[in-house]
Amino acid sequence: MEFIYYFGDVFTPFNFMLLLLGTVGGLILGATPGLSPTMAVALLIPFTFRLEPASGLILLGAAYTSTVAGGAVSAILLKIPGAPANIATTLDGHTMAKKGEGARALQLSFIASAVGGVFGVLLLIFLTPLLAQWALAFGPSHLFWLAILGVTIIGSLDSSSVVKGLLSGCIGLWLATIGFDDIMGAQRFIFHSSVSGGINVIPALIGLFAIPQVITMFAKGRARLDAEVLSVEKHPISKAFREVFNRFRALSIGTITGSIIGLIPGVGGQIAGLVAYDQAKKMSPERGKFGTGHSEGVIAAESANNAMVGPSLVPLLTLSIPGSPTAAVLLGGLLIHGIFPGSDLFDNYPEVAWTFINSMLIGQILMCIFGLYIAGLAARVAQVPNNVMAAVVLGLAVFGSYSVQNSMGDVYIMMALGTGMFFLERFGFSAAPLVLGLILGPIAEANFIQGSMIANATSSIGSYFFTGPLNLLLIGIVVASVAYSGWMELRSRRYTTKDDAVAKEEALS
Amino acid sequence: MTDLPRNQHIIASGLVAAVGVTVAYISYTAQPAAAFLFPRIISTVFVVLALWTFGKALLGRTKVGNGLSATAIRNILPGLVVALVYVFWAAQTLGFYTASTITFFILVTLYDPAPHGEVKSWVRRIIITAGFLAVMYGLFAMLLNVFTPREIFF
Repeated sequence: MEFIYYFGDVFTPFNFMLLLLGTVGGLILGATPGLSPTMAVALLIPFTFRLEPASGLILLGAAYTSTVAGGAVSAILLKIPGAPANIATTLDGHTMAKKGEGARALQLSFIASAVGGVFGVLLLIFLTPLLAQWALAFGPSHLFWLAILGVTIIGSLDSSSVVKGLLSGCIGLWLATIGFDDIMGAQRFIFHSSVSGGINVIPALIGLFAIPQVITMFAKGRARLDAEVLSVEKHPISKAFREVFNRFRALSIGTITGSIIGLIPGVGGQIAGLVAYDQAKKMSPERGKFGTGHSEGVIAAESANNAMVGPSLVPLLTLSIPGSPTAAVLLGGLLIHGIFPGSDLFDNYPEVAWTFINSMLIGQILMCIFGLYIAGLAARVAQVPNNVMAAVVLGLAVFGSYSVQNSMGDVYIMMALGTGMFFLERFGFSAAPLVLGLILGPIAEANFIQGSMIANATSSIGSYFFTGPLNLLLIGIVVASVAYSGWMELRSRRYTTKDDAVAKEEALS
Repeated sequence: MTDLPRNQHIIASGLVAAVGVTVAYISYTAQPAAAFLFPRIISTVFVVLALWTFGKALLGRTKVGNGLSATAIRNILPGLVVALVYVFWAAQTLGFYTASTITFFILVTLYDPAPHGEVKSWVRRIIITAGFLAVMYGLFAMLLNVFTPREIFF
């Protein structure tokens, strides 16, 4: 119950103002198609440098929470999901809005998001300290395998091709080795003066998540956004509250599904929303109404999206393994303040850890309150033309990367990685495993070297890294995740023709 | 799969394989060897996966990734060139704010669906660009105190 002591820190005038700012800004950014939660958080990191660590994390956490929920606004009113996580919301939410029930759909969506989100953060609160204590027993070999697990699990589960996902992870691990070797001081892969100090994670994150979006907007040319914003009629909020809790089955399916999926590294909100929607449909006696503007569809999808947010931070805060790309960006937000997650975070910086987690709990409620009032405004912002959005994001990416160390080298790295990533993504590679490789690479290498030294002094490297129950468990999970994803990929291909695969890819892109 | 994505896949996976082989070569030949122990492990896996991907592309068995259509390339090219010139040359030569303002205005104009012959749309673009400059200056120069390269202009 340690977290209760730090609730007061969330309500200091400055921290609460940041929480409000992050929530409102996140709702608006989330409603903007093309601005994913990960990219929004990455672009915000430079603004947190001069803040205290807890304050910076409050801003980032609030933005993460509310961008996920804000995506529902454009999904419902424009039929364009603000983020991939809101795809399932479009199915019933937009149909409701077309029937003149836009306000009801938005209210249901925000209330369900808040319920799911609060449950998810409570899980984070109660699971994190237990796992953090367990993590104290981890030695260098376990930490090495955990880092490898983080890269492989996202590489295999989060990518449409297992091989390309793992290859993306390898590229990230290699990029992490660029610069001076920590132990011997040897130069490694320094092909340009900009990378002599290694690749700074923050500009890399900004480039990898923001620049491909900018170029994707360029690819649309001078196309006009024809989406029509549906008007929002008045709807009593008390009725929406009653309806959400009367639809308890959909709400609990969404909340539990989202929480479980959030705990699994690499499985994002997009899947949480779709799986919850599918399960709610299968278990509903009114399953025929799904897709025709049925409230259960909106409640299940949105409660799942936000329930996923809290648990997705559990592996990050306990084991230093970001479970999702957004968690990786939040890790960047911690590292710039010299704070490393894991048991160290809870032992030495409890005020930072708990203030951040508590702020996410309060943020869920604020997101619900503000979401209901600014949905109309957010939908208008969502109509910002592509050309303006692309230019704004490019400007923010350049200024944000420069401000990290006042270095043009960081801007070059950001642009080069971002441009390269855009082209790689067009050929099936994925940014998420690359980012995790870049972040976890130093952890993997440091523990590998430390483990090798211990092994040389005590036993052999083979027995140190490949024996012991925990090592074997972690290796087993690595192998199982790769094998499972490979098997699923082969199985789905056995039943699809090449044309089907191409059509599926086109639909996804 | 048509020839265009197939050739693109071969080029893309070939480039990735070339990077992988280069990384592996450096890792296995550079000294001191102990500093390259971890890169050796990574680069070995990197090369195996990259060659696998390249082989699949050569055989036309790549099923993931659409490549780029000719229209997409045509649309991307002007914006990308402007962005690259901005980052790699203009920002340091002309000054951060000047280069950013010019780039913003060019990009907004290039991709604006509104007709380029309309005076109203030019005025709108100028106002949007001025607003962008004001916000960026307010955020980075005044709020965050970031000192950006001033160079020829500002």
